[in-house]
Amino acid sequence: MNVLSAIINGLSAGGTYAMIALGYTMVYGIAKMLNFAHGDIIMVGGYAMFVTLLLCRQPLLALAVAVVFCVLIGILIERLAYKPLRGASSLAVLITAIGMSYLLQSLAQVIFKSAPKPMTALQIGGMLTFGSFSVAYSTLITLAATVIVMVTLSLFIKYSKTGRAMIAVSEDKGAALLMGINVNKIIAITFAIGSALAALAGYFMLAKAPSLSNTLGAMPGIKAFTAAVIGGIGSIPGAMLGGILLGVVESMCNSVPVIAPYTDAIEFSILILILLVKPSGILGKMRREKV
Amino acid sequence: MAPLLQVNNLVVNYGMIRALKGISFTVEQGEIVSLIGANGAGKTTTLHTITGLLRPKSGSVLFKGEELTSIPAHKIVTRGLVHVPEGRRIFQSLTVAENLMMGSYTRKDKAAIARDLEHVYELFPRLKERRTQLAGTLSGGEQQMLAMGRALLCGGEMIVMDEPSMGLSPLLVSEVFEIIGEFRKEGKTVLLVEQNAKKAMSVSDRVYVLETGSIAKEGRAEELINDESIKKAYLGE
Repeated sequence: MNVLSAIINGLSAGGTYAMIALGYTMVYGIAKMLNFAHGDIIMVGGYAMFVTLLLCRQPLLALAVAVVFCVLIGILIERLAYKPLRGASSLAVLITAIGMSYLLQSLAQVIFKSAPKPMTALQIGGMLTFGSFSVAYSTLITLAATVIVMVTLSLFIKYSKTGRAMIAVSEDKGAALLMGINVNKIIAITFAIGSALAALAGYFMLAKAPSLSNTLGAMPGIKAFTAAVIGGIGSIPGAMLGGILLGVVESMCNSVPVIAPYTDAIEFSILILILLVKPSGILGKMRREKV
Repeated sequence: MAPLLQVNNLVVNYGMIRALKGISFTVEQGEIVSLIGANGAGKTTTLHTITGLLRPKSGSVLFKGEELTSIPAHKIVTRGLVHVPEGRRIFQSLTVAENLMMGSYTRKDKAAIARDLEHVYELFPRLKERRTQLAGTLSGGEQQMLAMGRALLCGGEMIVMDEPSMGLSPLLVSEVFEIIGEFRKEGKTVLLVEQNAKKAMSVSDRVYVLETGSIAKEGRAEELINDESIKKAYLGE
């Protein structure tokens, strides 16, 4: 079939994965923890958009509300659940994060009930057609947003004072403290950025498939985590690459009816293969053992 | 006048182990003071507690009369106390220039920062040559220079240094101690922790000898350098 459209769809889906994967990878790089509740922030953003749309049918306003709400929730979760565990064993932090994930899903179920909510107000309709080739506007917009997010984030990390402080904290918290960097603040900023990106990713997911339930973030969260590990967890370009790669593979597999049912299996097999060959992920740094 | 740094009865535990058993010492403005002692005597623990990376069980650290043990670690550098940690701990994936700028992270006065940067480049021409290079690609000696330059950019009046000569060739060790001498000329106060007791004593005004968490001996450097027991234990003579 049309390979080109499969690739474009893949890039767009991959862009969404990449946005989510950035949250995983940045938090891992800077706070040294796997935040398994990260995927559920997407869902929290989804409900923030749902509530906003009940009051006023403005998709972009809903997105803005979701971004702000997710940032606040992200910072709050870090403050209440993870910060008290700083210095605790990584297993304790991991279990807390998994617990936080279930807490968010259950809270959403209690508040909004389990029936999926239609989110058609977010749908971006229309197709761009060149002769026999056509691509949905929502796909193109997602793609454009991904590029903007990645470029902005890369520039921010490389050139802003806060961005460099983030690199410093991810490398050596103690040395960063000695330089006067408020490590707790940098970690909070990292959670804020990750949560904002999750809200944005949720918006694009719902724009394509407008059905919202309390498990909205679960599978994309796992996929994006996979993407982050494939790219090399802790590496920002790695998360971008891993996300895009996973999206393209997914879209290519889905476009072939015989292979389509095995898409997830193929994606996770890629993870296993890459980890066998390069345990630190494609762009991940080999951790040097301190002598 | 009260000393610049005054450590009183500092007790620090590492889990179940008592690393410091109530040590007291002072550093006067403009002095170079060394803490010497064997591995595990508590030298690094002392420095970490002074700059807030560790919290004491009891005791106090007064810097310019202010209690440091109760203020957050990241604020201590803003009081004028800078720590050059053991093993340099420069930021490997940042460039040399970016590392130096991290030193000035909390400072606002752009002109003063530019002046200090110029000064660091004068003191360490190698850093200027390599300013766009990633710090992780520097040699051990250059990394030590970078760690010292970064500390100068913090703009503090007192520098505590942990094993600055560790792992360096004899030539570079001499260079490091020359720079420490340079710090004195600029009116900086230095608290130095060293395994290389001989070198440390040769630049210091006063010396404290730490033994398993307590101060075993103290005195003027030129006196202790001739002390028979010190010679035997630390100078290998």
